[in-house]
Amino acid sequence: MAVMKFIPETLKNLFKAPVTTAYPFEPAEYPERSRGHISIEIDDCIGCGMCVRACPLGALKVDKNEGTWEINRFDCIVCGYCVEKCPKKCLSVQTGYQTPGGDKTSELFKKSEEALRAEAEKKAEAARKAAEAKAALEAKKKAEKTEA
Amino acid sequence: MKKRSIVPYGPQHPVLPEPIHLDLVIEDEKIVEAIPSVGFIHRGLENLVQKRDFNQMAYVAERVCGICSFGHGFGYCEAIEDIMDIEVPDRAKYLRTIWFELSRMHSHFLWLGLLADGFGFENLFYQCWRIREKILDVLELTTGGRVIFSVNKVGGVMKDITPEMAGAILDMLASVKKELKAIVPAFTQDYSVKSRLVGVGVLTKQQAHDLGCAGPFARASGIQTDMRKLGYAAYGDLDFDVITSNDGDSYARCVVRINEIFQSISIIEQAIEKMPDGELAAVVKGNPQGESFIRIEQPRGEAIYYVSANGSPHLDRMRVRTPTFANLAGLCETLKGADYADVGLLILTIDPCISCTER
Ligand code: SF4
Ligand code: SF4
Repeated sequence: MAVMKFIPETLKNLFKAPVTTAYPFEPAEYPERSRGHISIEIDDCIGCGMCVRACPLGALKVDKNEGTWEINRFDCIVCGYCVEKCPKKCLSVQTGYQTPGGDKTSELFKKSEEALRAEAEKKAEAARKAAEAKAALEAKKKAEKTEA
Repeated sequence: MKKRSIVPYGPQHPVLPEPIHLDLVIEDEKIVEAIPSVGFIHRGLENLVQKRDFNQMAYVAERVCGICSFGHGFGYCEAIEDIMDIEVPDRAKYLRTIWFELSRMHSHFLWLGLLADGFGFENLFYQCWRIREKILDVLELTTGGRVIFSVNKVGGVMKDITPEMAGAILDMLASVKKELKAIVPAFTQDYSVKSRLVGVGVLTKQQAHDLGCAGPFARASGIQTDMRKLGYAAYGDLDFDVITSNDGDSYARCVVRINEIFQSISIIEQAIEKMPDGELAAVVKGNPQGESFIRIEQPRGEAIYYVSANGSPHLDRMRVRTPTFANLAGLCETLKGADYADVGLLILTIDPCISCTER
């Protein structure tokens, strides 16, 4: 009759070191691929909103005019679909889990002043070029008319 | 007639991992009848197909369950691929097989632990979960998630297993095999454990067949049913037998699942050896139109995915028939005539996953 089949294993346990990590006294280690949270290089974002449309949870908000990108980390399931869809590749999955909190707040990222200024300058430049092209076209038309 | 009384069992009960309610009709200490009721954690995931596009749904389908999550995402993607006639690259098929078997292993270890907990062997319970942790670590290393992997997409997979990772998987398998062998005698030979399992909750082959049972529960009653033999993903190329037992009791269910862990180890080893190089995913163009019906073998048994699409990004209908749902009828049959003290253990022996059942 086999009784107490487990005694050898149990005895071994008495002399083995614990298999658990003494977190938080020892830091937790995550492998490189661990899906902890989503991070953004906000200055590269063009505000296209592809990530907002991709997100199955509706955890994202983008405002192109304000240059902001907002994520509700409590809704996000870190599926990584937004990362795959972003055309500028400015989103990425990082290790390290979302810390728990008392209320569901969103995290807001805003473009830096320089990036906003550069963008505004770019826009102004583009508008100026467009206006110039338009003026040139009209002048050409006028000239053609007078010629005719 | 003796006096009968009805004892409500669950949805909150120390032995139940998930909420299910049973009305137990008892006579003295014997169960005469068990009437199940489910519906405590219905989340309406199937209805979401009308609000999320079919690519997003792959992530939703995966979250039908927290343990057999890989299979749900996989079954859903297979169904869409079937409708759209997408040929999944070979390497993706092998990767899916490896991850599927790893998730089967961790699911079975989880079950073994819960079983040990069910008959009051806490030390054994923790040993099982300690070993399971190694599998979860490898899953996190290769996919980034411990139980929800998010590696499946329509057309293939998103991540690759590098040669170093394959090495890590093989090392893990070798050590898990050794450690499992050390604890198997406690399940299969220990006198006290056997007295809780042998001859308890017998389901005959005929009953299992008539009640439409699935998975290890049906195989323990001698039914040769294993959807992996249909040869989806890479299973067609790999060598394995359907593991069955003719006893039909709780002990047989335990032994079948232990042997399936060894079988999964062998399947993964074969798959890693044979895995070809190549693309990870096929290109998906357009929207699905038509319907499909896919059967796969989840850790808990046969799961069925039905998808109906109308040519728009949003599907008409998705339906998941989960193995636990199929096994509930069998469970109520095994409960008849059982001791009241065995009810918790018997519920565990079907490996219930109520979250899947209610979606
Ligand atoms: S998809 Fe990328 S570039 Fe577009 S709004 Fe989102 S983060 Fe910005
Ligand atoms: S990771 Fe998934 S859930 Fe999170 S914001 Fe991106 S798409 Fe949404």
